[in-house]
Amino acid sequence: MTAVQTPLRVDEAVAAAYLDKSARLRAATPEQAAPELAEIATGIRRDVLTTIQAARMGHVGGDLSVTDLLVTAMWGTLRLDPRDPSDPQRDRFVLSKGHCAAALYATLASCGFFPRERLTDFMAPLSPLNGHPNRVKVPGVETNTGPLGHGFPVATGCALGAKLRGEDWRTIVVLGDGELQEGSNWEAAMTAAHHGLGNLTAVVDRNRLQQGARTEDTKALEPLDAKWASFGWETRVIDGHDHAAIKQALEPSTTGRPVAVVANTIKGKGVSFMEDRVEWHHKVPTDEQVRLALVELAG
Amino acid sequence: MTAVAEQAPTFDCRADFADELAALARADERVVAVCNDSVGSSNLVKFREEFPDRLINVGIAEQDMVGVAAGLANAGFIPFASAAAPFLTGRALEQIKADVAYSERHVVLCGQSPGMAYGELGPTHHSIEDISWMRAVPGLRIVVPADPRQTRDAVRWAAECGRPSYIRIPRFKVPEVTPADAPFREGRAVRLRDGGDVTLIAIGTMVSRVLQAAELLAADGVAARVVNMTFVEPLDVAEVVAAAEETGTIVTAEEGLVSGGLGAAVAKVVAEHRPVPVRMLGVPAFAPTGSTAFLLDHFGLNATGIAAAAREALGRA
Repeated sequence: MTAVQTPLRVDEAVAAAYLDKSARLRAATPEQAAPELAEIATGIRRDVLTTIQAARMGHVGGDLSVTDLLVTAMWGTLRLDPRDPSDPQRDRFVLSKGHCAAALYATLASCGFFPRERLTDFMAPLSPLNGHPNRVKVPGVETNTGPLGHGFPVATGCALGAKLRGEDWRTIVVLGDGELQEGSNWEAAMTAAHHGLGNLTAVVDRNRLQQGARTEDTKALEPLDAKWASFGWETRVIDGHDHAAIKQALEPSTTGRPVAVVANTIKGKGVSFMEDRVEWHHKVPTDEQVRLALVELAG
Repeated sequence: MTAVAEQAPTFDCRADFADELAALARADERVVAVCNDSVGSSNLVKFREEFPDRLINVGIAEQDMVGVAAGLANAGFIPFASAAAPFLTGRALEQIKADVAYSERHVVLCGQSPGMAYGELGPTHHSIEDISWMRAVPGLRIVVPADPRQTRDAVRWAAECGRPSYIRIPRFKVPEVTPADAPFREGRAVRLRDGGDVTLIAIGTMVSRVLQAAELLAADGVAARVVNMTFVEPLDVAEVVAAAEETGTIVTAEEGLVSGGLGAAVAKVVAEHRPVPVRMLGVPAFAPTGSTAFLLDHFGLNATGIAAAAREALGRA
């Protein structure tokens, strides 16, 4: 077995540090937690760029738009334990927009689910770090995503299961905005509202770009917050790069209804020449572009 | 040797599915049912009365049904996702692939009223493609019970096996064909009749009919072996190879599309291990209008049609 094939195992030291720090950030106010969450997110963005640089493949634009949502969910909101990723009482995090696997993997590694050095195996032959997340191979992944419109119904089933059991763990699912053109999402939205799943939060990474064009030029989603509200969801619209706002929006439902967070984001966020440009959906940066991007992200 | 009397009582296996599922639910609180507005057609009315919280009706939304079932499995439940077979396997095919099979979730997919059970309703409501589609999903076990006893066995097995499975539950009435002492084991066929001239391999509603065909052949001096394959995946390879080696000719019969179904699975084994003539009976194309019984006759999926195919395969037509 080559090093690339080696199964992913917890990084004990990183996991221990994560458990301490994430407990503190969860308990902190959004404003208190925001600076540290921002610092972690910058590290994730850097790891996304070098991960994609090594693989020479990936979806960098969406990775950079979703990063702050991933970091705030995993570091500042959910109860996760990288040492025991199958704990029945864990909170569930589902990345429905599975093509942003690089950002997910970088965030999972930052928590210690597996060693950060393994990010260089992203999409290598026989690597567990597939181009789209595989729960059997990657600790911390709840369901295999990639085809769009899948993660949300599965997350709805998770939340329904917790409710049936009378257990208090939560489920957060992150969706792409273009993904909402898949009808299966709206089936799940109806199911979650019908069952009053206040333990479920759906976050839309609203970067307004899909693979080939703007969402509003392809098949318009607006008025998106009104759509969620009309489906019976408690709806929160935020700046998806403001960590305090994200943490506040990820607070549990106050109404007993499921919560939809429309997080307005910028595709390619943090790298000036990628921001809000459709071609960076899955364009691979050159080594020089990665160097320039890392300089920008060094602040 | 099993024989089926002409006037043997026949059964709609959905009742046995529902009874066994309720029995399982009484014994194991992890067992839940998920359906797509098919409470009546899945025969789950009594289950809902007894376990109102454990019957999750997602409405007319098969993709959501299978995704929610996978999520319930994530939460520690054993979900039985039940719907009319054409909509379960067709509409939710990608969910079956990605959320259940590829994600290795222990979800039991229950295809109700398969084949041409909804005869007059036409090919939109027929499920002749389901076995072919489910065979194309890696890691998915496929079981096709032939009678009430096997339906109950299949439900119990699926709850215990810990892996994704598809159960194709007959609606078209069938007699009991399985001996009381026949074991039900994953990937194992049930040999119902011995014979050395030809082997008739069938699943589901076709099993009683190949037994009747064997009687007709016996009257002509042809000794037909009858095998109820039961599992299309994993297939009982040893039983197929034995049929090829010991009888030299095989006829398969299924209430489903010939392309990609039981016959194709058997033919693959025969071609690789012991090439002999194989005749595959089933549904060749979208079916015309008619009752299930009419359509089975129309496609020669009855005792005389199967016996004629066997004689032809043997060069005794």
